[in-house]
Amino acid sequence: MNEITESRKPPVATTGILGWLRMNLFSNWINSLISLFVLYILIQFVPWILNWTIFAADFKYNFNGEQIINREMCSRVLDPENGGACWAIIYVRFYQFMYGFYPRDEVWRVNLSYAMLVVAVVPLLFDKFPFRKHFLKFTYIFPIIAFFLLNGGFGLESVSTNKWGGLLVTLVLGCTGIALAFPLGIVLALGRRSNLPVISTMCTLFIEFIRGVPLITLLFFGMVMLPLFLPEGVNMDGLARVLVAVTLFQSAYMAEVIRGGLQAIPQGQYEAARSIGLSYWQMNMKVVLPQAIRISIPSIVNTSIGLFKDTTLVIIVGLLDLLGIGRGALADTTWLGLAYEVYFFVSLVFFIFTFAMSRYSLYLEKKLKTGINMGAD
Amino acid sequence: MSEDSIISLQNVNKWFGDFHVLKDVDLEVKKKERIVVCGPSGSGKSTMIRCINRLEEHQEGTIIVDGIELTGNLKNIDSVRKEVGMVFQQFNLFPHLSVKENITLAPIWVKKMPKAEAEELAMQQLEIVKIPEQADKYPGQLSGGQQQRVAIARSLAMKPNIMLFDEPTSALDPEMIKEVLDVMIDLAEGGMTMIVVTHEMGFAKTVADRMVFMDEGRIVEQAVPEKFFNNPESDRTKLFLSQILNH
Ligand SMILES: Nc1ncnc2c1ncn2[C@@H]1O[C@H](COP(=O)(O)OP(=O)(O)O)[C@@H](O)[C@H]1O
Ligand SMILES: [Mg+2]
Repeated sequence: MNEITESRKPPVATTGILGWLRMNLFSNWINSLISLFVLYILIQFVPWILNWTIFAADFKYNFNGEQIINREMCSRVLDPENGGACWAIIYVRFYQFMYGFYPRDEVWRVNLSYAMLVVAVVPLLFDKFPFRKHFLKFTYIFPIIAFFLLNGGFGLESVSTNKWGGLLVTLVLGCTGIALAFPLGIVLALGRRSNLPVISTMCTLFIEFIRGVPLITLLFFGMVMLPLFLPEGVNMDGLARVLVAVTLFQSAYMAEVIRGGLQAIPQGQYEAARSIGLSYWQMNMKVVLPQAIRISIPSIVNTSIGLFKDTTLVIIVGLLDLLGIGRGALADTTWLGLAYEVYFFVSLVFFIFTFAMSRYSLYLEKKLKTGINMGAD
Repeated sequence: MSEDSIISLQNVNKWFGDFHVLKDVDLEVKKKERIVVCGPSGSGKSTMIRCINRLEEHQEGTIIVDGIELTGNLKNIDSVRKEVGMVFQQFNLFPHLSVKENITLAPIWVKKMPKAEAEELAMQQLEIVKIPEQADKYPGQLSGGQQQRVAIARSLAMKPNIMLFDEPTSALDPEMIKEVLDVMIDLAEGGMTMIVVTHEMGFAKTVADRMVFMDEGRIVEQAVPEKFFNNPESDRTKLFLSQILNH
């Protein structure tokens, strides 16, 4: 043992890149073995993937410099040995992937909605955002603006939802599902914990029923059964019916996540709130829910990621979301057989969104760990 | 019920399931009276005072607070809670709100007070508990003694006529007990009606008008501190006092 008392340098190479490598990848022989194996896989596949997706790939033109207009012109069809991905199919159909069959003259409305979505969501996610309070006012009215903008009204030409498709449908389903399921989930979670047996039983039954049923069943329910519950003559839009199903589905999961957060709130918080005279709703809105939601944000984001991916199931009931448009492209005889490109692209778009959500959830987790008692608000 | 009682418990009985936790409890508290309740752990002290602001429900007997009878009537419960402040052993501050926000919450939402006025009120209450400089901190940044004083300020902001204290210093490190007791002594001298569950016998001797001793769900003995400490009637009181004073 070294007996000196003054501070000394850390042991060899626990700092710097070498130190990091030693500590994380080669700390013992089994770790080293796994690291080498992973390294081998990476060396084998990464260059190949990069080459296929980028360096040897066609974007607009093939290797002869001709603009690609059908599958026969793709480099990889002309030269299966050396050709990479043929992204021309995405290029040619990019409009459909983004907007479906939304009329081209009106597409500025979708683009404007996308831009406003960013303005509505970013301040919601970051509590240090400058002038956040004012931006949040916009966040609340954004759904209404977007509804009329996309759907028509107030002098805008009406665009029927069966013309909507691609990313537009994916985002409408994902965002609306999440945004509506959140308040509904809170109500269900509170209801399930209510002291009134009628309310708690009803909420429990609803939650357990929805969670016990696959989303596809609910989608069929929305499509086929929901119209039967509506008064005669009322014709509900197809997308709206699917939205009802998606929202009900998501609210049950949201309720369970929030209930988990509620369970972490000590009894003393309720008693203190009661003792200073707050009513049931004041107690929940001001004391209990802000804490419970803060605790459950990471799980809320996780179920939201789940929903975002599950929206691809709407293809079953005939809506053309991003994946639906992709499958449509594959069925087109001029582009037949470019499945790799289409699925890769669709996966990439989903990945960008879900990866962002998952990073956000990690960021919050870290922030909450350090800030739980500091009221990071 | 005697003429000038502000709190009156008559023949109160309560059960937790089959467990008979309060047995025929009778207690009359006059305006501005200071009562100290003591007794072994599990004797029902907390339960009794929690019945007074209806955090617990009694099943038999009557409880009347400031002329309002506590029944299932929700309006009555709300009115009583506005009259009665409570301080808990574990402080129970709201960790997501700043000290100032903890105090202004109820005035703003229950009394519909404008925010600026509520904040001024909060600062006054913080002066009373002697920590105005902590107004913008969060509970997690304060010591136990400071947190408990904020909790007292939070209750006082509702201008209650009655304050209930449930072992307010039991969760505190010894060096912080005094700062909380000092605030409570100030309150007592200001004429607040108080029921304090505590084992701080020095505090009891200085402040209490009357001692109440509970054991196994019953009020065994009530007496002025002088008599209670020097000449208790019941053997159970004697035993309890010998245990607690030799500590
Ligand atoms: N919510 C409850 N459910 C069941 N038993 C309880 C509950 N609260 C308290 N008790 C029991 O009632 C008895 C009296 O509790 P309490 O009033 O807290 O005593 P004290 O404050 O005198 O220590 C204890 O035996 C305790 O275990
Ligand atoms: Mg107790």
